[in-house]
Amino acid sequence: MKSTKKSILLVVSLLLVAALVAACSATSTPGAPAADPSADNATVTLSGSTTVQPLAEKLAEAFMTENTGLQIDVQGGGSSVGVKAAGQATSDIGMASREIKESELAEFPNLKIFVIARDGIAIVAHPDVPVSDLTVEQVRDIFSGKITNWKDLGGDDQNIIVASREEGSGTRAAFEEMVMGEDALIAASAILQASNGAIRTTVSTTPYSIAYLSFGYLDDTVKSISIDGVAPTEPNAADGSYPIVRPLNMLTNGEPAGMVKAFLDFILSEAGQKLVVEDGYIPVK
Amino acid sequence: MSARMIADKTVKYILFASAIISIIIVLAIGFFIFRESIEAWTELGVGEILFRTVWRPGQDQYGILAMIVGSVSVTFGAILLGVPLALGCAIFLADIAPSAVQSVVRPAVQLLAGIPSVVYGLFGMVILVPLVRKINVPGNSGYGLLAASIVLAVMILPTIASVAEDAIRAVPENYRHGSLALGATKWQTITKVVLPAGKSGIIAGVILGVGRALGETMAMIMVIGNSVIVPKPLSGNPLTFFLSQARTLTGNIAVEINYATGVHESALFATGVVLFGLIMIVNASARSIIRGQKFIEKAN
Repeated sequence: MKSTKKSILLVVSLLLVAALVAACSATSTPGAPAADPSADNATVTLSGSTTVQPLAEKLAEAFMTENTGLQIDVQGGGSSVGVKAAGQATSDIGMASREIKESELAEFPNLKIFVIARDGIAIVAHPDVPVSDLTVEQVRDIFSGKITNWKDLGGDDQNIIVASREEGSGTRAAFEEMVMGEDALIAASAILQASNGAIRTTVSTTPYSIAYLSFGYLDDTVKSISIDGVAPTEPNAADGSYPIVRPLNMLTNGEPAGMVKAFLDFILSEAGQKLVVEDGYIPVK
Repeated sequence: MSARMIADKTVKYILFASAIISIIIVLAIGFFIFRESIEAWTELGVGEILFRTVWRPGQDQYGILAMIVGSVSVTFGAILLGVPLALGCAIFLADIAPSAVQSVVRPAVQLLAGIPSVVYGLFGMVILVPLVRKINVPGNSGYGLLAASIVLAVMILPTIASVAEDAIRAVPENYRHGSLALGATKWQTITKVVLPAGKSGIIAGVILGVGRALGETMAMIMVIGNSVIVPKPLSGNPLTFFLSQARTLTGNIAVEINYATGVHESALFATGVVLFGLIMIVNASARSIIRGQKFIEKAN
């Protein structure tokens, strides 16, 4: 008697599980695949650089309050993803925090590039590092591993600990392009961290370390280093005296139209550029 | 056929279906990872990927040997530190601790398994890395194999301790009684009788720990430095090997997959295939050792 009860219970519970599984698969099969972004004019999708992402979210929010009924979705993924998303039209707008490579333009000849802001990249060191001014050449030699001791730069007799972003990061790509040039490579022994925030934590807690950071992430926990006597500040970057400045790009596949065009126009308008300045970036207009 | 028999049959088939589905899932994951990696294997060549140490996607160089060495080194370090600790824990819980103490210690050890790996990473980054940095060797940044091995040792402790404890408990009481009756002390009984008898179960626990260590990702990214170099001693002292930075196979995938496209992406999947293979070998050997243990128990 007891065992029949048990087996009935077992059957009932298994049937319940089976029903659940069936229900799950039933709900997923008839539903159409995730809404096609181009099918609905009231949705604009963005993806790409994590540097541009927070700014794009703020711009989207402002634009949505002006245009009720419009939905703008902003996703991350990195600059390379942004170029690919725009090139393959999987997103309406791709975001990239570096120059677009020639190989990418060759692969996606339809790309239209809109520079929406500029961003400086600052060289930062641990607060106790006495060195406060370097030349671009010295920075290149530090990151390529040619200069390995602070004493060669007028500091203590201590090894320099280099921290860098990972391969593929827009900040790294921009730094490589503007500082390292064609021939010099970032030393393989550099500590790699996967975000601007992690880089800042590493530099602020590691004595004798040096790294590069987007202007938006500068604060008191790290020491900003001047380049050729020019401090990494927004006015210096805006007037062109600070040398390490990169564009923040938005990309579309062909000429933008409809709400996508309206959104880009808004970003480049006075109101949009005001938000750019508020976020600590350099306006383009 | 009675209703009971039908119910019995139905249950049998449902259970069979569940087993088949889990096998299909494993095969599907293996298949897709391999399929995505084919581009890298064919375009770069197996040797270029497996036996080169230079990983520079920007220059189209995709050697993962440095990462293989990194993963193996950090796992070795974790085993070196974690196994004695886990074994001590297991012996204490199985043979020495009174049940009141057991009821406190065992849940505490098991709790270690429940802490999310990013929390271990944070602890390592904020507490361990600055401590390791105090070791005065030029070039020591604190980030590296030592900090990573310590974090990993604690993470694999519960796995090894619980499997080893079961193995020690499975040693028949007669063995202990016989040994004690012959005049051996408790310590002699543990080292000369209990541990050798439970050996294969303990080894299986260690191997499961190795599998867990190879697969750990987040905590490793946060403390190991992620530099793509084959770790080497920083000074004349060979122990400074463990102060070197490194990158693990898992870390390579997690750090770069967000940005990767084309061959780079495929090379990361190839990294996944290598990792998958390594872990499969490790798990298979654990399984065969556990099977050996069962066989011995039956023979007794």
